Amino acid sequence: MTTKAVRTLACVTLCLAAPQAMAFEPSKPVEIVVPAGAGGASDQMARMLQNAVQQNKLMTSPVVVTLKGGASGAEGLIDMKSAQPDGHKFIIAQSSIYTLPLSTNVPFDWRDLTPIAIIALDQFVLWNNATSEDKSVASLLATAKAKPLKMGGTGSKREDHILTSFVEQKSAVKFAYIPYKSGGEAATQLVGGHTDANVNNPSENVAVWRAGQVRALCVFDNKPMAYNTKVTQDLSWGDIPTCRSQGLDIEYTMPRAIFIAGKSTPEQVKFYVDLFKKVAETKEYKDYVSNQALTPALLTGKDMVTFLETDEKKHRELMDTAGFLLKK
Amino acid sequence: MEALQSLMQGFAILLTFDKLSLMVIGILAGILVGVLPGLGGPNGVAILLPLTFGMDPTSAIVFLSCIYWGALFGGAITSILFNIPGEAWSVATTFDGHPMAQNGQAAEALTAAFTASFFGSLVAVLLITFLAPSIASFALKFGPPEFFAVYFLTFCTFVGLGKEPKHKVIVALVVGLLFGGIGMDTVSGELRMTFGFVELLKGVDFLVAVIGLFGISEILLTIEQKLAFHGKEARIRLSTVWRTWLSLPRYWATLLRSSAIGCWLGVTPGGAIAASFMSYNVAKQFSKNKDSFGKGQIEGVLAPETAAHAAGTAALLPMLALGIPGSGTAAVLLGGLLVWGLQPGPLLFVEHKEFVWGLIASMYLGNLVGLVIVLATVPLFAAVLRVPFTIIAPMIIAFCAIGAYAVENSLFDVWVMLVFGIVGYVFKKLDYPLAPMTLALVLGDRAEDAFRQTMVGSYGDVTVLFKSPLSGTIMLIGLLLLFWGPLASGASRLFGRGRPASEPRPVE
Repeated sequence: MTTKAVRTLACVTLCLAAPQAMAFEPSKPVEIVVPAGAGGASDQMARMLQNAVQQNKLMTSPVVVTLKGGASGAEGLIDMKSAQPDGHKFIIAQSSIYTLPLSTNVPFDWRDLTPIAIIALDQFVLWNNATSEDKSVASLLATAKAKPLKMGGTGSKREDHILTSFVEQKSAVKFAYIPYKSGGEAATQLVGGHTDANVNNPSENVAVWRAGQVRALCVFDNKPMAYNTKVTQDLSWGDIPTCRSQGLDIEYTMPRAIFIAGKSTPEQVKFYVDLFKKVAETKEYKDYVSNQALTPALLTGKDMVTFLETDEKKHRELMDTAGFLLKK
Repeated sequence: MEALQSLMQGFAILLTFDKLSLMVIGILAGILVGVLPGLGGPNGVAILLPLTFGMDPTSAIVFLSCIYWGALFGGAITSILFNIPGEAWSVATTFDGHPMAQNGQAAEALTAAFTASFFGSLVAVLLITFLAPSIASFALKFGPPEFFAVYFLTFCTFVGLGKEPKHKVIVALVVGLLFGGIGMDTVSGELRMTFGFVELLKGVDFLVAVIGLFGISEILLTIEQKLAFHGKEARIRLSTVWRTWLSLPRYWATLLRSSAIGCWLGVTPGGAIAASFMSYNVAKQFSKNKDSFGKGQIEGVLAPETAAHAAGTAALLPMLALGIPGSGTAAVLLGGLLVWGLQPGPLLFVEHKEFVWGLIASMYLGNLVGLVIVLATVPLFAAVLRVPFTIIAPMIIAFCAIGAYAVENSLFDVWVMLVFGIVGYVFKKLDYPLAPMTLALVLGDRAEDAFRQTMVGSYGDVTVLFKSPLSGTIMLIGLLLLFWGPLASGASRLFGRGRPASEPRPVE
């Protein structure tokens, strides 16, 4: 009875309001598609968004999170591709929007979706076990030259694998790359001594870093991270040197990008762009990026598309050299 | 003793009116999601997670973990009554639980399942309370070879200890492995056997397959057998609960053995499922009534339930201490921890003592409250069986369909479920065992990954599996169990106690 009444009321309001106001506003629960497993970085970001929207009342409709992490996230991408352009669904995507279609037969192109915003950039750090003798990048690479080392990472022919191959190209050493199902697994396998190094994102390794179980050798960016609060006993994220300064000339970051369904209306786009601008101002977002050591960013519209196109081109070249491209 | 003192502080935090009422609500909600196949623990917890955003972390984890306990209890209900496992680890409970219900012993089976669950959890919580730090580091010893060894051992208990003909077990295993291989392969990053269907990208979901294999095929068989459903003859009284309890001490060995298997496998990720299957097979091997297994033997309910719950509880330990979730639900809880601003990992026990001990105390209290609630509802649930089959069958099918849909919100999965229903029916008609196939479906993929990760790391050297003491030992136990039949009969011949000729042992 009550639901029916509410629905009727909502319809009446909507029908009356429609002619005057052109602005779009979600009228039913908004779904966040997470193309990754429970507890992973995308899931955590979705929970943060859910929390930020709810606590700051940025939207009247409730937000629900759906996990579609099957097939390295291809399941979520396909789900988003087939979504109706009604403005009630968005996806938290990352580099897999190009690495997946480039390396496998997944029928997906990010241009099929409507880009909203890149809300952060994630870093990659070169880690090894804290008990290892190799205390610098140079020393690790020297050891790797002498005897093959095991590099752990998430998935095959994805970011971690591509970056590993990038390191191999630049340093002329070979790693045995061992693909795991998640960054968390790659982290514990490094701590357990089953692999010798990994290139996890800061958030994937922060717990074991704080516990003094792993060592951060360098960050794959052009400048150190901007966080100077101590994370471990004596180090902050900002204390990790860049890989370039350690003789490994590689820059590699990963966008966290929001898309809505393809063929969405300009009103829907405006609503979500505004929403994420507001989210970027919330305490929840700011706490989140600093806890996860993400680089805050807000790229929308043309800037976002240019970024994605450049990044896609870079991936195509890297994957071509590594031999990861799909043979057609 | 420090642990005991911290635990008492934990109890002090919990024994307030609002925390206790949160527990009861959580458990009731958990039983509800546990009863609905497909919805299960992970989805139930995920749906209710946003409710906890406003709460303080301790209340939130108490609420969510109680949903978890409730779901664990609830999963057994549908397994026993309708042969539909609500969770992956309830599959083994159906083997004897459902025959018991068909024989009119639904109340006994439910009571046994709940009590066994409680016992298993209790043992695991005691373990967590007193040995947390050292046990957590045990999980770190597991690299790819060790994981493969554990999966290998599980497969071996099936082939070696099962009483079905070996060739049928192996055929069923292989069919399961084949289905399990559909979708994206972790090690090569390529798609396999998707034949251009985007729906097959994510592979066959284990729960969807199991709902079809057990639930739907059961209905098909029952329809064929003149709609007979013997549950209605059951006389259900609360006194049945007491009577069943009085009979339980007899099975102390099964209970302890299963708890040990559960605790051991629980701390290795994904272990709860392996634990329930393994403990069922081991119980069967050591039981005096070996031949009545599968026909409604109470030990066949006790063993998998005890192990699954010991494992399900122990699975929270690596999650808290290392940040590796041991089960799907633990993974969702892990996401929750991060939202509440807690970082799981080795420092959690040091930095958020109140939270950790509150959670551990809630494991004791939550399980106790849960046991009381579910036992009180046994007569109610068992009474469902008195409803005529013609009414209940369509309801079960609808239930199955909703469950299969709910796993991933995908209509395609409902078709997959129906296909597996037919596969299950054919298997049962041809007298092929379903259990090895379900086991291969859920563990095959992981076993394959672990094996290939091992091979990548060792540059193709298989002997590495026997080189580390841990994986070597597990592999040897596996091989021993695989050839248990021939070995045992060989040994008995050696000592001059030949078996009666009427009971020949299959020799590979």
